[in-house]
Amino acid sequence: MTVTDTTEAVLAYDDVVAAYDPVLGLEVHVELNTATKMFCGCPTGFGAEPNTQVCPVCLGLPGALPVLNARGLESAIRIGLALNCEIASWCRFARKNYFYPDMPKNFQTSQYDEPIASNGFLDVELDDGSTFRVEIERAHMEEDTGKSTHVGGSTGRIHGADYSLVDYNRAGIPLIEIVTKPVEGAGERAPEIARAYVSALRDLLRALGVSDVRMEQGSLRCDANLSLRAKVPGAAPGSAQQRAVPLGTRSETKNVNSLRSVERAVRYEMTRHAARLAAGLTIVQETRHWHEDTGITTSGREKSDAEDYRYFPEPDLVPMSPDPAWVDELRGTLPEPPPQRRRRLQTEWGFADLEMRDLVNAGAVELVEATVAAGAAPAAARKWWSGELARRANADGVELAAMPVTPAQVAALQGLVDAGTLTDSLARQVLEGVLAGEGEPADVVESRGLKVVSDDGALGAAVDQAIADNPDVADKVRSGKVAAVGALVGAVMKQMRGQADAAKVKALLTERLAPADSTTDVSTS
Amino acid sequence: MSAISREEVSHLAMLARIDLQPDELDRLAAQLDVILDAVATVTQVAGEDVPATSHPMPLTNVTRPDEPRPCLTQDEALSGAPAAEAGRFRVPRILEED
Amino acid sequence: MTGTSLPADLTRATAAGLAQALAAGEVSAVEVAQAHLDRIAAVDGTRDADGVATGKAVHAFLHVCAESALADARAVDDARAAGQPLPALAGVPIAVKDVMATRGLPTTCGSRILQGWVPPYDATVVANIRAARMVVLGKTNMDEFAMGSSTEHSAYGPTRNPWDLDRIPGGSGGGSAASLAAFETPLATGTDTGGSIRQPASVTGTVGVKPTYGAVSRYGLVALASSLDQAGPCARTVLDTALLHQVMAGHDPMDSTSLTGEYPDVIAAARAGATGSLDGVTVGVVRELSGDGYQAGVLRRFEESLAVLTEAGAKVVEVSCPSFTVALAAYYLILPSEASSNLAKFDAMRYGLRVEPGGVAVPTAEQVMGATRAAGFGDEVKRRIILGTYALSSGYYDAYYGSAQKVRTLIQRDFAAAFGQADVLVSPTSPTTAFPLGDKLENPLAMYLQDVATIPANLAGVPGMSLPSGLAEEDGLPVGLQILAPAGADDRLYRVGGALEAILTARWGGSVLDRVPDLSAALATAANGATR
Repeated sequence: MTVTDTTEAVLAYDDVVAAYDPVLGLEVHVELNTATKMFCGCPTGFGAEPNTQVCPVCLGLPGALPVLNARGLESAIRIGLALNCEIASWCRFARKNYFYPDMPKNFQTSQYDEPIASNGFLDVELDDGSTFRVEIERAHMEEDTGKSTHVGGSTGRIHGADYSLVDYNRAGIPLIEIVTKPVEGAGERAPEIARAYVSALRDLLRALGVSDVRMEQGSLRCDANLSLRAKVPGAAPGSAQQRAVPLGTRSETKNVNSLRSVERAVRYEMTRHAARLAAGLTIVQETRHWHEDTGITTSGREKSDAEDYRYFPEPDLVPMSPDPAWVDELRGTLPEPPPQRRRRLQTEWGFADLEMRDLVNAGAVELVEATVAAGAAPAAARKWWSGELARRANADGVELAAMPVTPAQVAALQGLVDAGTLTDSLARQVLEGVLAGEGEPADVVESRGLKVVSDDGALGAAVDQAIADNPDVADKVRSGKVAAVGALVGAVMKQMRGQADAAKVKALLTERLAPADSTTDVSTS
Repeated sequence: MSAISREEVSHLAMLARIDLQPDELDRLAAQLDVILDAVATVTQVAGEDVPATSHPMPLTNVTRPDEPRPCLTQDEALSGAPAAEAGRFRVPRILEED
Repeated sequence: MTGTSLPADLTRATAAGLAQALAAGEVSAVEVAQAHLDRIAAVDGTRDADGVATGKAVHAFLHVCAESALADARAVDDARAAGQPLPALAGVPIAVKDVMATRGLPTTCGSRILQGWVPPYDATVVANIRAARMVVLGKTNMDEFAMGSSTEHSAYGPTRNPWDLDRIPGGSGGGSAASLAAFETPLATGTDTGGSIRQPASVTGTVGVKPTYGAVSRYGLVALASSLDQAGPCARTVLDTALLHQVMAGHDPMDSTSLTGEYPDVIAAARAGATGSLDGVTVGVVRELSGDGYQAGVLRRFEESLAVLTEAGAKVVEVSCPSFTVALAAYYLILPSEASSNLAKFDAMRYGLRVEPGGVAVPTAEQVMGATRAAGFGDEVKRRIILGTYALSSGYYDAYYGSAQKVRTLIQRDFAAAFGQADVLVSPTSPTTAFPLGDKLENPLAMYLQDVATIPANLAGVPGMSLPSGLAEEDGLPVGLQILAPAGADDRLYRVGGALEAILTARWGGSVLDRVPDLSAALATAANGATR
């Protein structure tokens, strides 16, 4: 192997796309959110103590046997249908044989030449509003591996480690691998298309409700294959003339764990490949690792003839032959495609393009929808989720959907504001209580005593006190400098610890400090 | 289907993760040759039109409900481990990330 | 204290007899267990610290669990004394083949690589046996990972045939078969991938049944070849075999290949057979499973069995199964292929042996795997793993594994045609009687030929039985008759086997096993001291 871990030469992007036609291949692994693993009844929750969500089956103990999770199969079929795939009328699992310490049986139960779903497509919306169709080769079922921690050495990374520690909690979690056909015709937009595809797939999987699709937790993982071929002068990307040029040698970039990384990694690989080709070097067919921090890829394992997975039909699992009627029934459970749905909701809610895009990017569409469904006005719902809650989620480094508040609670909170029970400022304090686990908004209002004081007696007393404490200001107001009333409102609000309706306070002050010709004492205290 | 070479056996041993000694390689190459010769008849009997049988009984669609079952305890899981540390299986250093 | 229905020596009793006497309170489970443990101590011999057999003895057991056996027996006695309802075989002793995972008891599969492994779970079969309140005496010896026909491939030394301690007891389940022939247990479990229940039964004069594939759960059986493996009962009589069969069989949701639906009543079939009448039954003689390569005495006994079947009222016809001639070849591609994958899990990472290679300061996982598998697997296992790796590798898959799977289809078709003409098929179980230890060790192909008649059943998934058909004149050793039935019709084995057994034992004035040489005297010196 001649390629080393040092930074390689790259070519300027404009020069790359002027000379080469990129061809992408994207492999996405998605962990299903089933309650149990693919082939055993162990739970799948994230973050459990190591080796506590294991049994003889997923530990690969001698004698143990797999039994397919019905929901795993159902999710695979729904994913296939949502990707416009054909669903196999008969297919099997196969064993993929290779040795690796985090794989308990030293074979992965997967599918080989008989995937559950094949030949589909996903229409991907790009930033400029245009659509690009990505053809899907297949979607198949398999199982995840355990997780290794490398101990010793200087970096804690795999190289130079003294030994490794393995936790098999993740082993056997259901995975669906979704593989595209070669994506041709992307041209200079290849990096953007790669990102948009993964993003669209993520939205689709989320809408299907089959996965948490958390790239940062590894429940959605992307490997990006890239090759370059010489550009035919004058030929459009994707034209027959361009497609006739044989594909170049590809690299497979692993560990691409955010949407932004997908785009950056593809872009980087394009510039790296181009630099090598331009220098007359060959591309090594290999696995490459993406480094988020430095923005480059480094060489991993070279794909060689030594790799021979010796696939054969898994004898411990029987063939699957999904009843067509059931498949049709599942087709009926498919959600509205996310792009279509977004357009519909945007129209219904009357949001501007930018407002809608912010919601989409924040992963807040479903949350707003649920909040609206629970009774809040769309604008108010949007304000909470892309304002206060987005800010707090960001500060805490968690996904918006993971915030400990439900859309129903947000709607209830907004309801209290709409009813005049809370001011915006009070509402934020109530939200804080809800997030702290103090109960429903109404409970927090009660326990924290945060209700707006609308009792005229209490307010009147506070108003009188403020006037007495600030005779100069009061005189100014009396003398017609109405703007000065603001200082007195502030004083009253301070005294009421914010729990007063500012408009009402202002009205009371204005009454009390009316010009001398109006002498009627309105105070009833 | 003819001779299987010593090199081929060595490659297979690598795939199967068995460190065979030189004398074992020689012996196995010779034995496998005889065995493969004897089993080569299978290639001649079945025509294109004969389907393959992977499972003796024609069962399909055997699944289980997505309901949790009891797990092993961490101690049980690690009970057979040649080495363990911090609730995990301790294994020798791993050369290549997959 | 034994009642009138039992022999004075409890180890000579049948399981049916013991069950009856236990239920009637004529004997206690502890007495029964103790008698068998004493017998084991007397004839099974000793093992060294590494578990390797020492001296000349039966060596049927790799592990004897005297303490838990007596505790289990006591619990049965207590339950009976308390008037609790108990299953039919409660308190009857049983030996478990070491290929079955037993919670709290070592499970080695006769391999060095699993030395000391104590599973944290029970195989479903073992759980069924425990639920039946049977008393597990220990784990029986076998060819390493069930690869072999002689138990000589056990890493812990061979089991010896009670008929002649210098001969093999068959394999892979030679330990279970020998334990029955040596009267160390009335019942034992086996697994049969290509004949590992039937061939040992044949060469030890005992009875063994490979049920229909899927009839008995494979969960917890350390897999050899998943699409061929099937656990089954081993005993000394057809009825006892049926009694254990009933306990072992049944649907298991933990095994995807486990059959559902009605399962025939094998006990009733065995009892019906014992009347000796086979009126209306057509027996097919498979032309391809006798003749060349079969020992003369084996063929003599086979001919005699056919005469007996006719005498019992059966119609005997000849059938032809042409593809059976390539069954052995297909088997020796499918088995190693599946085995090479099934045995990949033994890698020194999670359980079992770990061997560090010499000359490396900080070895890698890969190096440790290679060194451990080199040290932990015996020659036959290595041979089959390499063969299977070859048959599955790219470029060879279609020619070898693919073609073998097609042969499987042809064999199923041959069976279907044959069962169109006959209710059951018969053949000699094994081409020879027990051969001397070491005889075929250097010639794997000759060893493989032992399974030539038993393999077709595994490839097709149909059930098969071996039962004694007498002794070969030339060597005085037992010969087995194989009966095969269509998938799901396991009861037919018992009906026909029961009839043949009834007529032959009446003719002989007792069981074949009455003629096993007396072991205790010969082994008295070898067996003093504790057995393991």
